Amino acid sequence: MLSDIEIEIDGKPLKAKPNSMVIQVADEAGIYIPRFCYHKELSVAANCRMCLVEMEKSPKAVPACATPVMPGMKIFTRSPKALAAQKAVMEFLLINHPLDCPICDQGGECELQDLSMGYGSANSYFTFGKRSVEDQDIGPLIETEMTRCIQCTRCVRFGDEVAGLRELGATGRGEHMEIGTYVTHAIKSEVSGNIIDLCPVGALTSKPFRFTARAWELNQFPSIAPHDCLGTNINVHTRRGVVMRVVPRENFALNGTWIADRERYSYLGLYHPDRVTKPLIRVNGHWHTTDWQTALEFAVKGLQDVISAEGADQLGALASPNSTTEEFFLLQKIWRQLGSSNIDHRLRQVDFSDQDSFGLYPKLEGSVADLENCSTILLVGSNIQKEQPLAALRVRKAALKGANVVAVNMMDYRFNFKVSDKKIAAPHDFVFSLAGIAKALSPKLAELADVSVSEQDRSIAERLRTGEKTVILLGALALNHPEAAMIRWLAQMIATASKGTLVILTEGGNAAGAWLAGAIPHRTAAGDRVQQGLDARAMLEQTRQAYLLLNVDPELDCANATAAMDALTAAKFVVSLSVFKTEALERVADVILPVTPFTETAGTFVNVTGQWQSFRGVASAHEESRPAWKVLRVMGNLFHLQGFDYEAADEVLQELKLAMQHSSLVVKEGVGSLVKKNGNGLSRIGEIPIYAGDGLVRRAEALQKTQAIIDGELAAVRVNAQTATELGLSAGNMARVKQNGSEVKLPVVIDERVPLQAVFIAGGIMATKELSELFGRIEVLPA
Amino acid sequence: MSKTPNTILSPTVCAEIDRWMLRYPPEQKRSAVMEALRFAQEDNGGSLTDSIMNAVADYLGMSHIAVYEVASFYTMYNLAPVGQHIINVCTNISCTLADSEKVLEHLKTRLGIGLNETTADGKFTLREVECLAACASAPVAQVGKKYYENLTPDKLDALLDELG
Repeated sequence: MLSDIEIEIDGKPLKAKPNSMVIQVADEAGIYIPRFCYHKELSVAANCRMCLVEMEKSPKAVPACATPVMPGMKIFTRSPKALAAQKAVMEFLLINHPLDCPICDQGGECELQDLSMGYGSANSYFTFGKRSVEDQDIGPLIETEMTRCIQCTRCVRFGDEVAGLRELGATGRGEHMEIGTYVTHAIKSEVSGNIIDLCPVGALTSKPFRFTARAWELNQFPSIAPHDCLGTNINVHTRRGVVMRVVPRENFALNGTWIADRERYSYLGLYHPDRVTKPLIRVNGHWHTTDWQTALEFAVKGLQDVISAEGADQLGALASPNSTTEEFFLLQKIWRQLGSSNIDHRLRQVDFSDQDSFGLYPKLEGSVADLENCSTILLVGSNIQKEQPLAALRVRKAALKGANVVAVNMMDYRFNFKVSDKKIAAPHDFVFSLAGIAKALSPKLAELADVSVSEQDRSIAERLRTGEKTVILLGALALNHPEAAMIRWLAQMIATASKGTLVILTEGGNAAGAWLAGAIPHRTAAGDRVQQGLDARAMLEQTRQAYLLLNVDPELDCANATAAMDALTAAKFVVSLSVFKTEALERVADVILPVTPFTETAGTFVNVTGQWQSFRGVASAHEESRPAWKVLRVMGNLFHLQGFDYEAADEVLQELKLAMQHSSLVVKEGVGSLVKKNGNGLSRIGEIPIYAGDGLVRRAEALQKTQAIIDGELAAVRVNAQTATELGLSAGNMARVKQNGSEVKLPVVIDERVPLQAVFIAGGIMATKELSELFGRIEVLPA
Repeated sequence: MSKTPNTILSPTVCAEIDRWMLRYPPEQKRSAVMEALRFAQEDNGGSLTDSIMNAVADYLGMSHIAVYEVASFYTMYNLAPVGQHIINVCTNISCTLADSEKVLEHLKTRLGIGLNETTADGKFTLREVECLAACASAPVAQVGKKYYENLTPDKLDALLDELG
């Protein structure tokens, strides 16, 4: 470790790390140096020249972003020489910049505007025509106005260095240099929106936000995004109580400086026409809008009637994994006081046989940022780039530092990082594929007697064993797999044998909160054991007489849509607390209570590292909708239950935290042997596409348009060429897809990422809602 | 499915690229991009197309845009079809002093085209270039890979007749 270097900036003695740049030292010391192209998270380009400063003994001004510190160096950032240089650069930068600030979305939050005020001159010597650049359509998320571009290349470097997908570039040269895609196409990166924040001028702005508000009209509130298990930190911008846009909030341990497009644009769904505006009850088969009092009494009476007639065991509750911890807690408190433990949030999972062997919640030890420092990363059943885009950026950083990333997957995903080795197997072979690696690491495991070990297994095992810091990341495809328990056990065995850690990247924004708050059938709040209730799958297979749905769309949010619809149709009474109404809900529910999304309620999300992140309501409740925790509180009162006198969401949280202090969690180990099943046939890979995960993103129109661009047509059967020939399918033609008695027709797409004996048919979309299992056996015939 | 690079780049071009790739470490094979584009352009009758540039990018494991950047930066990569012979007339200071403007005018009249245009028969493309580093024998033009020096309208006529 080299010792610190002493330098002086503006007469202030400072200590600097060797190899750091002058601008970094100045930033740390709070001395502002103007800049456009420099960004702390990107490489140094030094092409805008705005950060020119005077350096003692140097005849010319030097760029602070590209000048490394040297002992005894003296820098002057505000000397006449520095100011003259900055002023001259500013004049050059403005030569071709249009004076269209009044119609520019960036106006008011524009670095060029600000620096022009601070460092520029009121007039220009340039009297010639300005150049103009033709705009390109780069997709539904980002608007371009390339005449405004000052060619700082931050967007280009972001694609290359951070996103791992270089789509923008600087073509042409000199006066003719332009930033763009050259061949017009939509940007495909799932973190593309960050270039809007990076752009120091109005060249790249948010397309959906365009012309809707001015920066100075907006209020900024901190919040937490509800779509990923990291708990991405965001700032929500509102105008008069209405959410206008979402931007990142820096948190170096979690999302760093960035957010994914899903988190940035999901707000577009907030005020969708599907929003429930008033409480709705169904009387004699007809829907009526009503007041809250009537609707709540109606809901409570309906549930009570079922309890008196059939017993509390006939109640079932399903909650979206994006609900707040407070909502989970109150829901389970009502349910358990009424006498039912039939409650779950793991809507898309089907194998719960190992749920007693879980800790308090699926937890990542350490910080998300630590993923960058891993030397070996094993991805198990995860399309991490689409499931948790910001975790994928960390994996990418690790890979760039030389980490080995090994993917054991059901699809041969193309990631934005280099994969050292991969093992791709159809869902029904997946467990054995993973078991091979486990056995190569621990040959003596009795449970794996049936498993054979290949050369590849041995080499992967070697990578894992020799890795200094190994992490095993389990993704949504593994969690939703019919043999998820076995996958988790194998992953744990691999982790133990390779001295690594197992991390479960759960679906939704608050799965950890659900576990802690007791929105699981086998444990109550803080992990205390209770009489075990029915899990999400059992609740739908063994039809209950009454259900409560908290932000659940039974057709798109459940592992088995047909089973869910059948169970809900058969039930006597269904209460839905929902932000949005859907046709399915209108068909099966008896009362729909309009609740508010995360922007309109106080709440807490617990992320995968166990960080409790509370947030406040940042926007007014839409029409008559109310925060779900308040609705549940009133329901508790109407049921005459004990302890529902909360006045604020904080009090709910305090109660849970108190319970955590004397948690009596008992973890039970154990898993059955791995038995080779009949390995032939065809099974479905039912991935939930990035913009289909929950009701909010499904209603964000710009994201839906982007989905089709980045993933191609989703309403399709994807097979590889060989499987297509075997099944008699051809690209573009229709195929009949049959699963457990239901059938849909979908066009065939040839996709070589799909392994043999498997078909990719996305879940969470309307076109495939008739199908029943995400990863089950399936039959595909030519139509 | 898009075509693989090998179905777009001819075996000769691929062989040339492979030969150039040997000069760089395997993880820096993208360094061969300029030579790769040169051979691909020659093979395609003097110009590059988007699909050729994509094929070169795929062949060298680069992102497509990185190849577009290179191809659009250098003036000797042609991004639109050109004539069989490209006539580059120098109009830099020495040649201008030696009446290169007359040379250019003569060519324009004779060929019936303006700057950066190609004759209808696809034979000639006319261009203006900066110094060709042959000031001693100004005015100079480069046609294909050859320099033609001390040009006069008569010499040009003879040259065009010979090429045409």
